[in-house]
Amino acid sequence: MNDVDGKELKSLLESIRFAYGYDFTDYSEASVKRRVALYMSNKKIKSFSDFSNTILKEEKAFEEFVQELSVTVTEMFRDPLFYKSLREHVMKRLATYPFIKIWVAGCATGEEVYSIAILLKEANLLDRSVIYATDINQHSLMIAKEGLFSIERMKEYTSNYQKSGGKESFSDYYISKYNSVLFDKSLRKNMVFSSHNLAGDKSFNEFQLILCRNVLIYFNQHLQNRVINLFHESLCPFGILALGNKESLLFSEKRICFDDIDKKEKIFIKTK
Amino acid sequence: MNAANTYEAIVIGTSAGGLIALASILKGIPHNYPLPIIVVQHRAKDPKDLLEEVLQSKCVIPIRQANEKESIQKGTVYIAPPDYHLLIENDRTFSLSSDELIQYSRPSIDVLFESAAAVYRNKLVGIILTGANHDGASGLALIKKLGGFTIVQDPLEATFPIMPEAAIQSTQTTHIWNLSAIQHFILHIHSDQ
Repeated sequence: MNDVDGKELKSLLESIRFAYGYDFTDYSEASVKRRVALYMSNKKIKSFSDFSNTILKEEKAFEEFVQELSVTVTEMFRDPLFYKSLREHVMKRLATYPFIKIWVAGCATGEEVYSIAILLKEANLLDRSVIYATDINQHSLMIAKEGLFSIERMKEYTSNYQKSGGKESFSDYYISKYNSVLFDKSLRKNMVFSSHNLAGDKSFNEFQLILCRNVLIYFNQHLQNRVINLFHESLCPFGILALGNKESLLFSEKRICFDDIDKKEKIFIKTK
Repeated sequence: MNAANTYEAIVIGTSAGGLIALASILKGIPHNYPLPIIVVQHRAKDPKDLLEEVLQSKCVIPIRQANEKESIQKGTVYIAPPDYHLLIENDRTFSLSSDELIQYSRPSIDVLFESAAAVYRNKLVGIILTGANHDGASGLALIKKLGGFTIVQDPLEATFPIMPEAAIQSTQTTHIWNLSAIQHFILHIHSDQ
């Protein structure tokens, strides 16, 4: 593994911001360093200056690097007790709205989006819901849109689903095709996938529920704070914000604007 | 050890058999120990495992699960949480990550060791204990390359020798000690705090 110099990396991230308009300067430095080292080793790039030059001169290389930087690995019903809590505490609140808008920010390859759609369907809310799923990674969004997942993981997902309080037969939600499964159209029809960059883009709608799980951990405190502000602005009064198990509002100036719905599962409600 | 050999942190990686090995090293470490000790013990993602509680019941030094963006304090043992990689930032805070599994593991020892090596350079002690896969071998090699002090538990003593053997191979020469020698070294380490 290469040892990437912090100053050189900062200067490259500034140049990327200038050249491409993508701002990674407030990402967690340790994570970005690790991704750069992996990218260089995969592409057999020997020196950081070669890497820098390639990224700044070749747009295609830059796009590949963005993919590499923003790949995260998740699963359906990751942390089943979180989904259980959504079933128990959040669905009944959503049911009070005639029309439900949900934002899954940083949806990666969509596992979470399909999990939410299943919860909504089982609460009889899916028909009056729209799920906006966004990510900075175009390649991940394409995968998410297709709704195709590896069959190998279905055993694990089924177990997660059951632990989350799911009572249906999980396999009824998909059909198997060779080594993949395709999730049912009825789940996908109210999903909207689009590109959105939390580090730069603005609010684009008002939501009753925002899920952003295991995304903030990739940002420094400054950017975490900015993104929480963006979520606060994008939630309706008494809208709900759900973060990852290890994330918090601790570094946010908007902390006082939220109450806990489930402290352990990091589910918050906007109270002011 | 000469005065130039001062350290800022200790990182420990272990897998199968690690709980007993960790407890035997950490139980004699005082609560005012001058360095932070940061540990990856491979663990299932089951939120009900009680690793921190079990270790704390045997030790006086505070044992805590590492929190996202928490600032790293001396005199504390930090354990990587289940289902996240643990990384160290230049400003001596933790970051977590949901990146892909490394050596079938999240948390991965390599991920912690590589990010710790980049931050602490030659002021880092890296230790590999018992385990049944190769995680940690490349991380320990980077610690050594950047001037840190590397120790591997003697494979003859380790409950599972595969991980120590892989680390010895990747670092070529390193200090191969049993648990009581490792504990003795930790207790008598010099720090620059």
